[in-house]
Amino acid sequence: MTGYSRQNESTGTGWTENVLRVEGLTVIGRPSDVEIISDVSLTVNRGEILGLVGESGSGKTTLGLSLLRHLKRATQITEGRVWVGERELASLNEQQVRNLRGRAVAYIPQSPASALNPALRLGTQLTEALHDDTSTSDQVAERVREVLREVALPDDPAFLRRYPHQLSGGQQQRVAIAMAFVGRPDLIVLDEPTTGLDVTTQAHVLETIKAMTREYGTAGVYISHDMAVVADLADDIAVMYQGELVEHGRTEQVLSAPRHEYTRRLLMAVPLLRTSGHTEPATRTEEPLLRIFELSAGYGRTRVLEGIDLSVSRGECVALLGESGSGKTTLSRSVAGLHHQFEGGLVFDGQALAGTSYRRTAEQRRRIQYVFQNPYEALNPRKRVRDQILGPYRHLVGRPDDPDLVVAQALERAALPASYGERFPEQLSGGERQRVCIARAVATRPDLLVCDEITSALDVSVQAEIVKLLRSLQDDGMALLFVTHNIALVSNIADRVAVLNKGRIVEYGPVGQVMSAPEHEYTRALIADTPDFELSFPGAPERLSMDSEGRVTDG
Amino acid sequence: MTRLIVVRLFFGALTLWAVSLVVFAATQALPGDAAQLILGRDATPERLAALRDQLNLHEPVAVQYMQWLQGVVQGDLGTSFSNRMPVGEYLASPIRSSLTLMGLAALVATPLALFIGAFSALRRDRGFDHGASMGTLVLASIPEFVVGILLILLLGPGGLGLFPSVYAREGGPEQWTLPVLTLALAVAPPIIRMMRATMIEVLESEYVQQARLKGLSERTVLWRHAAPNAIGPVAQVVALQLAWLAGGVVAIEFLFNFPGVGKVLMDAIENRDVPLIQAVVLLIAGIYILVNLLADAIGLAANPKVRVANR
Amino acid sequence: MSGASTNTSPKTPVRRRPGLLRTAWRFGRTKVGVALTGLIVLIAVVGPFVAPYTPTEFVTKPFEADADGALFGGDNRGRDVFTRFLWGGWTLLLLAGASAGIGVAAGTVVGIIAGYRRGWVDDVLMRVNDVLLAFPQLIAALLVMSIIGPKVWLIVAVIAVSHMPRVARVIREATRKVIEQDYVKAAEAIGLPRWKIMAVEILPNVTSPLLVELGLRLTYSIGVVAVLGFLGMGLQPPTADWGLMINENRQGIAVQPWAVALPVAAIAVLTVGANLITDGLSRAAIGIDRGVEK
Repeated sequence: MTGYSRQNESTGTGWTENVLRVEGLTVIGRPSDVEIISDVSLTVNRGEILGLVGESGSGKTTLGLSLLRHLKRATQITEGRVWVGERELASLNEQQVRNLRGRAVAYIPQSPASALNPALRLGTQLTEALHDDTSTSDQVAERVREVLREVALPDDPAFLRRYPHQLSGGQQQRVAIAMAFVGRPDLIVLDEPTTGLDVTTQAHVLETIKAMTREYGTAGVYISHDMAVVADLADDIAVMYQGELVEHGRTEQVLSAPRHEYTRRLLMAVPLLRTSGHTEPATRTEEPLLRIFELSAGYGRTRVLEGIDLSVSRGECVALLGESGSGKTTLSRSVAGLHHQFEGGLVFDGQALAGTSYRRTAEQRRRIQYVFQNPYEALNPRKRVRDQILGPYRHLVGRPDDPDLVVAQALERAALPASYGERFPEQLSGGERQRVCIARAVATRPDLLVCDEITSALDVSVQAEIVKLLRSLQDDGMALLFVTHNIALVSNIADRVAVLNKGRIVEYGPVGQVMSAPEHEYTRALIADTPDFELSFPGAPERLSMDSEGRVTDG
Repeated sequence: MTRLIVVRLFFGALTLWAVSLVVFAATQALPGDAAQLILGRDATPERLAALRDQLNLHEPVAVQYMQWLQGVVQGDLGTSFSNRMPVGEYLASPIRSSLTLMGLAALVATPLALFIGAFSALRRDRGFDHGASMGTLVLASIPEFVVGILLILLLGPGGLGLFPSVYAREGGPEQWTLPVLTLALAVAPPIIRMMRATMIEVLESEYVQQARLKGLSERTVLWRHAAPNAIGPVAQVVALQLAWLAGGVVAIEFLFNFPGVGKVLMDAIENRDVPLIQAVVLLIAGIYILVNLLADAIGLAANPKVRVANR
Repeated sequence: MSGASTNTSPKTPVRRRPGLLRTAWRFGRTKVGVALTGLIVLIAVVGPFVAPYTPTEFVTKPFEADADGALFGGDNRGRDVFTRFLWGGWTLLLLAGASAGIGVAAGTVVGIIAGYRRGWVDDVLMRVNDVLLAFPQLIAALLVMSIIGPKVWLIVAVIAVSHMPRVARVIREATRKVIEQDYVKAAEAIGLPRWKIMAVEILPNVTSPLLVELGLRLTYSIGVVAVLGFLGMGLQPPTADWGLMINENRQGIAVQPWAVALPVAAIAVLTVGANLITDGLSRAAIGIDRGVEK
């Protein structure tokens, strides 16, 4: 193994302070014998958090679970040892493993919605985490209430009688954290615990985790794909790539001098939250391409959007920033004619747009194209890329003289070789799929591209490439309505930004102004809560920005 | 939850009403009218007219339907054409026999099926599991009357001669063996498969993994965390299978000459005994709908989301 | 042209996953199922041409077990059991195949429309479905047969109608899953006509459950056609039909078991074979569905 060397001796702590020690751990999958993690060694000190970073499929979850001596079906440890405190996990019998779990090592799952038992009340699930405790039931109940207060949840009996589905996502995650800390473990494994939470909730949850580990002196292993979160939270960073630990060191050290090329790439791909240095967009006098005024929309009787005013000019990128439930997708779908329960005005190039796409002219439909969030669901799995692109073209433009040329040009604009036309979606990676979706959208030469969270389902390195591609499309004169929850991304790509909160636009203006001098409290909170970090190695500050020539290397 | 159940009950009643409509309409399609059917081909016109009067056959169809439905609701199912007995009275004994037969079959099949299914799940991908999976697959595919005949060929007088193949009034309890066994074999496979699939799904769920990672004992994991989540879907399948019995019993009773409602139905069809056909079909459909409703209610009750939401 | 024929690409593309049929074929049980089904189909199709007698010819005494020139003896009227066995299969296959095919086709159309259009269309279709589902399959068939009389087209129609709501329910669920996918919304955004969305975007993506349903319904159809014959409500004498043969000869099961055993064995083998294929298909479908998810 090349990537790893023991760097944390510089911290001056000896072995006794290591709560967790992993040596040469190798896990293979059965029956294929493929190594899921290979020869991984690491240590974590008391009261510190190790950030374990990797993209999907890097083996980080397998590693995390092996710290509780839990293996998924059809996997096997072939080599290596894991010590938690003085205990070597492989030597424990079943009873000892049970004693270890929950008391010495606790686990916080990725999705509490599926990890909390839907059929059991919270009280039961919290209490049973203290399973081998010698204390009386009163003491247990007191301990449960105490830990609930610590994670800022109500501790009254009514709350304990609730079922998991009666809580919000953030509350569920807090319950999971409480459940992990209730037994005062020495080590806690957190598997992407903030995935699916919005920024504000994420900030609160991370704050809780940080405070709890400090207070209890618990060591933490924080598994994540999000470098920004880890940089914010962790004392040490370990980077996994294809089952190997390619980097391990103190956080400052990794951020200032990453040793491995992959780490460098990962760091550079994370969009930096730019709060200054924006160029003021030119004031435009001509009629905007798309004008939304006094729009309100809903589903049945529930209102989702209220009084939306927004405009997009030619060649301009307007970002629609909002957290889940803010109504941003409803707004973008109304523009695309996919959501028609709205009142108010939609004017495109001087003409009113009908509510549903079926009552718009073919020309209007051609000129507004939509790219969906999840590329795994946006392509018909039964059609070749070629037909995915030609279908809309034939319907909106007409039968092409040279279909091959249409496909080749569309793919080229999405930076894919023409040969991809013959492939089926299942033969493409996530990033390639999203490029095909973009190719399908630009094939008809639209004037406005509505992008709905198009990078959120992709790994960061791929995300950066897609953003680069969008920027080049914009340079060609296409207007973008870029819908996202990622404020850092907005600060790098948008000309103007509208901040959406609970169905209303709370702030709207040039991106430089909004980022540097936010007027609304909500925007300020968003900027403050977004985890961010400074990179100090050469070339790093220009990671991803409007001005630089996309220095992101392609993956 | 009560609201949801009331809605289902309403739709169940609506369905039952639609079924009654279909049953009544179907019998209207018979060639000739009821009087003709009762009196036979060589009845005198006077007697026909008299009987038509008596049966209200000169009334419009809608009125006849209302009168019939009114009777049904009050428990008066009319008089059998073939034996001149009130249908309700005539059916009492067959219903008892059929219910006993179905009850016995369910009693034999359900616990055994649940056990085999759960055991298969725990021994997933091992010998027992493969054997059970193959066995249920074969049993589930063969029509139940064929299973019955195979059992007769094997255990009946022609084969090992252990049990009688035909039910006789004076026979002993051993003549119940083959019909019960046949029905039990027909009912069990889906329950086994559902039990196995549900157990596997629950055992692989993240909340069971989380319970294990909390260090709970395997017993607690199984009974406190897995079982409550498996009850709903399995109970539903059990109920559906019981509902299936209501219809499946016909061919089996015919095969074994068992004096239940299925046999009555076949005889009634032979004799073109319309009130009897109507009554039996309505009865079977009624049981079927009722047990399906029960399955629905169980499914709802087992789901805490529903249970808590609309209290 | 195959999916992997993009030689000009810089990277060699990932091989396409094998389709449903090919995946299903990999299971041993599918092969066994095809063999069993094939055997019975062969008997049913070739049988009439190689039968030693005509199916209505009187050859033996009634229920004569070992008569000269009759391999499996005679039936209740003294006709050659083997001949009637060879003749009695194709009607069953034809009726079962036709009713399963029509039922699945109708159910698919209803299911896709109900799943895609939602709203009142969905409500009405599903309510009608519920009423149809309230009849146990066999009871519905018996009711209709007893009133109108056993006719071939009626057998097919009744079984097809009883399949329809069950298929519709499955296909509706599958459609619901498909229309949550964004490619359907993408087609709506460009204003593709609804019928075309159903035909081009939805139908090809519900083929897995569709094939599984077809197999399942075929198995059930065989059972229902056979049981109708057995109850004397299917094809009428003197037709040679497996179900009817069982009915006619069950009185003599102790003295002349062959007359019952042969058709019973054929029906059992056929249904087991069909269900093995169905099981292979559904296992393949589950595997494929898992692969698509992200």
